Amino acid sequence: MYAIITLVAGLLFGLGLAFSEMTNPTVVIGFLDIFGNWNPSLIIVMASAIAVGMIGYAIKGKRLAPFLASKWQVPTLRNIDAKLIIGSSLFGIGWGISGYCPGPGLTALVNNPSEGFYFMAAVIAGSGLHYFQTRNIQK
Amino acid sequence: MDTIFNPLVGGLLIGLATVIYLLSVGKVIGISGILSQALFSKERFLPFLFIAGLIIGGSAYGILTEQTVAFPETRSPLLLIISGLLVGYGTRLGGGCTSGHGVCGISRLSPRSIIATLVFMAAAIITVAVLK
Repeated sequence: MYAIITLVAGLLFGLGLAFSEMTNPTVVIGFLDIFGNWNPSLIIVMASAIAVGMIGYAIKGKRLAPFLASKWQVPTLRNIDAKLIIGSSLFGIGWGISGYCPGPGLTALVNNPSEGFYFMAAVIAGSGLHYFQTRNIQK
Repeated sequence: MDTIFNPLVGGLLIGLATVIYLLSVGKVIGISGILSQALFSKERFLPFLFIAGLIIGGSAYGILTEQTVAFPETRSPLLLIISGLLVGYGTRLGGGCTSGHGVCGISRLSPRSIIATLVFMAAAIITVAVLK
């Protein structure tokens, strides 16, 4: 059951990206280009996703545990620190350069493989660098 | 592309995915986090399954919806690699990307995620303006 839900969630998420054309970096860069020929569609995507998401959190608030698991595992961190700001800045610069964030990057492996391959190889290398950097600290 | 209908339906589907996942499994959907679990954690099966679903759904482009904006002509590998390294490292250092901070984090009104989203949106907007 866990596996089916996970697969369905992935499918729906991917369909959402495809339907809104957020899998296409040209559309994403068009949204980020607020000083040029601005395409506001990503705001609509984010706003409708967040509106539905809020219903989920409202239901969560009324339940002690999720339907298929024994406890909630929603992030509990609240601190706003240098890592959050620097990490998000680096991510934003990388996102602006290509128009790919991790989800659309993964779909580019199929939709646009000549780009997706280089982008995702580098995403994995970047995540790996952070993982090996912090692995000893976390232990 | 219908500039309102398609993004609206796309966003509703993304929201539905996060709600189904949250209420059944009890976790948020963060693609960068799920990807690094698939690569570096001991429990790789479920993250891999999620990613497989995402790739299948995300490549249903021409089947479900008309592709109205052409994909870019293939850009230089160097540009894509620099972008990917920044996205990979930055999302891990900052603890999330457009899905984890942007959609799920704002849905639960997390101050951390709201700040992160404002920062990465601003950084991306400035980058696009500078590179143009």
